Amino acid sequence: MNGAAIAQLRDEIRSGARSATDVCGEALAGIDALNPSLNAFNTVAADRALARAAAIDADRDRWRDAPLAGVPIAIKDNLCTKGLRTTASSRMLDAYVPPYDATAVRRLEAAGAVIVGKTNCDEFAMGSSNENSAYGPVRNPWALDRTPGGSSGGSAAAVAAQLTPLALGSDTGGSIRQPAALCGIVGVKPTYGRVSRYGLIAFASSLDQVGPLTRTVADAALALGLIAGADAADATCAQEPVADFTAALTGDIRGTRIGVPRALVGDGVDADVSRAFQAALEVLAARGATLVDIELPHARHAIPVYYLVATAEASSNLARYDGVRYGFRARTDNGDLKSMYEATREHGFGAEVKRRIMLGTYVLSAGYYDAYYLKAQQVRTLIVNDYDRAFERADLIAMPTSPTGAFRLGERVADPLQMYLADVFTVSANLAGLPAVSVPCGFTRSDGAPNLGESHPIDGGLPIGLQLTGRRFDESTILRVADAYERDTEWSNQRPPITRP
Amino acid sequence: MKIAALANLRLEPAEIDQFAQQIGHILAYVEEVRQVDTSGVAPTAAIVVRAAVDRADVIQPCLDIADTLANAPDPDDAREEGGFFKVPRVLA
Repeated sequence: MNGAAIAQLRDEIRSGARSATDVCGEALAGIDALNPSLNAFNTVAADRALARAAAIDADRDRWRDAPLAGVPIAIKDNLCTKGLRTTASSRMLDAYVPPYDATAVRRLEAAGAVIVGKTNCDEFAMGSSNENSAYGPVRNPWALDRTPGGSSGGSAAAVAAQLTPLALGSDTGGSIRQPAALCGIVGVKPTYGRVSRYGLIAFASSLDQVGPLTRTVADAALALGLIAGADAADATCAQEPVADFTAALTGDIRGTRIGVPRALVGDGVDADVSRAFQAALEVLAARGATLVDIELPHARHAIPVYYLVATAEASSNLARYDGVRYGFRARTDNGDLKSMYEATREHGFGAEVKRRIMLGTYVLSAGYYDAYYLKAQQVRTLIVNDYDRAFERADLIAMPTSPTGAFRLGERVADPLQMYLADVFTVSANLAGLPAVSVPCGFTRSDGAPNLGESHPIDGGLPIGLQLTGRRFDESTILRVADAYERDTEWSNQRPPITRP
Repeated sequence: MKIAALANLRLEPAEIDQFAQQIGHILAYVEEVRQVDTSGVAPTAAIVVRAAVDRADVIQPCLDIADTLANAPDPDDAREEGGFFKVPRVLA
């Protein structure tokens, strides 16, 4: 399935070879069969999806040129869908039905996409394993005892198990790229401001971006082109023109300079990940790319900076959940307003969300603001400057997406700090506002099993991701290189044991 | 406790101990950031590429009142009371 899987499916529907209704029915049947194992969906919108597919079949002329005509898609449950329950995997929004669509959702539907459901995620997108969901963890289709990554774990699992060819996610510190890597698919975190955040339930407003998860780079390029671009409803959404990302996938990377931060990727990286990363660099060099050593001396501070900045913004953004206008409200007998606020937030939020709200409140509080929050913002500037300097010598930067393959569910729950380290290679792109893509680049060796060699690329192992980070608004270059890599390798063609037949 | 109060969060006693310990660990971990030399470095609050664009000062359609009130914790009350959100008594 290398190449444009979504375009192929769309062409079959547009030509009448398959009906949108049949395609939708198959997607829903797949979800029925596999969701009990994966827990990838919080809400399955079967009736809504079938009605929409029937409407597309009934008016083929109208959808003749639609780039996603009849294509089933899944939407992370922190993106608002008008009339369709949107929970952010929180008790706080268990019964919330948005009165409007997120801009990215609206644009995909306008392109002909059929939303089949809302995907499970960490509560308010806070997590790296999907274990912080009020609806239970998502399970990795490659190994059901493993995390799919987070926070867009349901979107990644749904695409990896071939339930839908496209899912939307959001990425604040790696929440699209890390689950894409751990589930063996492609995930794109666009440049900050590339995609409207209107209708994305806010976590950390200076870091959040919406992006696609797909099985191939070509599919990601198609989807990104549809959701990108200026939006009057989001003042931080850039006016920058949107390139033709599909046309950028030429396969030609001769002379493209790929920066490798050797010092950064040397320590604390699983041996299998290191091996796969080095092999990926060799594939790119063999295609004509030039590898250059770069330094990102402040990137090692990215995790602490991120957890100061992101929690500060979160404590402010999540102040709106007070039980007044929407969402959960705790019943308080004879209580005053303050008691209602406190009881609502005590019972509506899960542990990780409370932990982050408190940390953010602390770093913003009088007496600590300069020491923590202001300091973190200054180190953020140093991280941004590191990247700007590196991009004088390199056209893009390569790193592993995650230092390990998918870890076991439960393994890191008791130690928030250990969990945060899963994002060590992804958070700096958010801090610097840069676009980054994760593309499959290998598999770990399975626990205890012998390595069966080149003819058995999976061997019971778990997926590994290659992360390519680009200059601001230059998604074209990272997608071109990721696509070229994909053409020379077979990783994207591997299928997990739990997958739609 | 003071932080929880500032954040309008009420916590169980067991949670208070656990969170205090975990947040203590996290603060110890972020301590390295405070050692970085940032003299003369401007803070980055957000990555802004271009200056914000003004939009025309023209009235746009907004959310429908009924749609908006539909998510109120007590939607029936909200409608019956003439389109307001109801909250517990504020003044004694």
